Amino acid sequence: MRMIWAAAAAAFAVNAQAANELKIGYLSTLSGPAGAIGVEVRDGFNLAIKMAGNKLGGLPTEVIFADDTLNPEMGKQLAERLLKRDRVNLMTGVIFSNVMLAAWPTIQEGKVFYIAPNSTPTRITGEGCNPYFVSASWPNEGHHEAAGHYAKSKGYKSMYLIAPNYPAGKDATTGFKRGFGGAISAEVYTKLNQLDYSAELAQIRAAKPAALYAFLPGGMGINFIKQFVAGGLSAEVPLVVPGFAADQDIIRAVGEPMLGIFDTSHWAVDLDNDANRKFVAAFEKEYKRIPSLFAEQGYTTALLIDAAVRSAKGRIEDVPAFHKALMAAPGRMKSPRGDFKMAHNGTPVQDYYLRVVAKDSQGRLVNKKIGTVVSGLGDFWAKDCKMK
Amino acid sequence: MSTILFLEQALNSLQFGLMLFLLAAGLTLVFGIMDMINLAHGSLYMIGAYLMAELVTQTGSFWVALPLALVATALVGAALEVSLLRTLYERDHLTQVLATFAIILIANEAVRMIWGPQSIMLNAPAGLTGPVQLPGGMQYASYRLAIIGVGVLVALVLYFLVTKTRVGMLVRAGASNREMAVAMGVNIRRLFTAVFALGAALCALAGAMLGPILAVQVGMGENILILAFVVIVIGGIGSIRGAFVGSLLVGLVDTMGRALLPIAFAKMFPPQVASNLGPALSSIMIYVLMAAVLFLRPQGLFPARG
Repeated sequence: MRMIWAAAAAAFAVNAQAANELKIGYLSTLSGPAGAIGVEVRDGFNLAIKMAGNKLGGLPTEVIFADDTLNPEMGKQLAERLLKRDRVNLMTGVIFSNVMLAAWPTIQEGKVFYIAPNSTPTRITGEGCNPYFVSASWPNEGHHEAAGHYAKSKGYKSMYLIAPNYPAGKDATTGFKRGFGGAISAEVYTKLNQLDYSAELAQIRAAKPAALYAFLPGGMGINFIKQFVAGGLSAEVPLVVPGFAADQDIIRAVGEPMLGIFDTSHWAVDLDNDANRKFVAAFEKEYKRIPSLFAEQGYTTALLIDAAVRSAKGRIEDVPAFHKALMAAPGRMKSPRGDFKMAHNGTPVQDYYLRVVAKDSQGRLVNKKIGTVVSGLGDFWAKDCKMK
Repeated sequence: MSTILFLEQALNSLQFGLMLFLLAAGLTLVFGIMDMINLAHGSLYMIGAYLMAELVTQTGSFWVALPLALVATALVGAALEVSLLRTLYERDHLTQVLATFAIILIANEAVRMIWGPQSIMLNAPAGLTGPVQLPGGMQYASYRLAIIGVGVLVALVLYFLVTKTRVGMLVRAGASNREMAVAMGVNIRRLFTAVFALGAALCALAGAMLGPILAVQVGMGENILILAFVVIVIGGIGSIRGAFVGSLLVGLVDTMGRALLPIAFAKMFPPQVASNLGPALSSIMIYVLMAAVLFLRPQGLFPARG
């Protein structure tokens, strides 16, 4: 009898070495005005898994979805449920930085790796860096710093900044200011999920800025741009935005008034590489719409997990081995955004392009790449990360 | 602060206040005449916005969809009244709050089941998407001017309806003293259904007009409902004139506060603090205003009773 128990215990111990399936906890914002972003990322993620035959890294993959509705408290509770009740062995999905920061301590306690498809707060990648956190998207300040470089190259005398009052909003203004390096005429923070920008737009009109930089993702961006154009400001004030505020989810809702808006992004739909062409064609076929940069992020996240799990031979519980595999994964995969590297703090080092909203050959509104703003831009705060 | 900024903010507060009036008018009548606290009023606003968005997609025209949406929501309101709410008139306020709160939850879920959890887009009609040149060299969104126009028109129509028609007289009698009105032979059941349907139509109008500016999403009624209650407390329960004055006051305090306080604070605090403090304080000011009115005139500014 005791032999059977010993054998069972030994069997368990051996099994703890390699996972035989991937159970991914996907915590994201899938409803509300900001939910469109979560849906885009999820669709890109699911597409990659489907194209890989429902296996990542050769292991059968199950994805369990949870909707945090952009509520940090809910995000924390759902993370706990995914880890304790559903016993996931990998986590991903969080879109918004306030949810990310609230759920991160719980995820850390759960001792599973978290692969970020979107929000990559500087608080987690700088001094607070941790091997369990690896980002497949960009450091939070990346797009904004690139936009700052672009504004500098345009020679704007000063910039008026507007962003929502939450961690990523502050990362946005910090990153932009660093890239721009010039005078800032005003810094306005709006309430997260605020829908009516009449007061802020009136102030912008009265301030007559040289140019405006607005970071307002999802539904906030849709409303802001609609109201910006409706109030006649688009003719008076040049607008620069990060890629998030000008991509397909917003284009679909706003339409023609967006023509001519410049934005910076780590990816464009017309990037000239095979992986991108394959991704765009597959996405359009599956979902009958043009992918946005969010969809590319979800897709690349799945590819990253796939490459890392494959090279670690399924040993995702072996922390140093899997971490090493994740760090090396960009070199072992072909992402639609092209080649990129992973910095030691787990954030991508990649190129950022300048895009403009224009019509493609079929007359559809897309973001066309018109140049490279900065190459090989990494996370400024990586310098504070003491991990090796 | 420049004149242009002041003028633009004044127009913004007028626009917001008038939309709030549409909701408050229905709410105050229901509370005043039927003595019923109706939390589901915000849900009618949401249903109105969703129906409008759906009808615009079906018919392709904003102006065709608008009257249809109003009628449809009025029917929904009347159906709700006849079936559920009629049983609540005799009950105490707490029961009414609980029951109508349940309606909010049911309505939210129903909308989520029919239209999905994503917010749907409702765009301004073509022709009103751009700005209009105002005297003084200022540009203002033409759609917001249209909202102000509609709000003023509805206010005038309601004024006419309530003060100059027989139906309006019955409504005022019911608001003033329900038992006496019943004793005088007013068909109170039909009056109630009609008042409720009218309130629902007004909600739908507000929802449909505000839809292009705000997003049409599940739960959109809750926030504006709270403001509507503040308005009717300030204005006086049962009084449309009170609802009008109250909503303009609340619109003014809210918009001006949101706009001016951050500017004032920006001189004293860093931008992130100023941006947080401004809107927070302006929303507190609305409640301070309400508390002041309650302290000085507990029945509100223009009480319908007594």
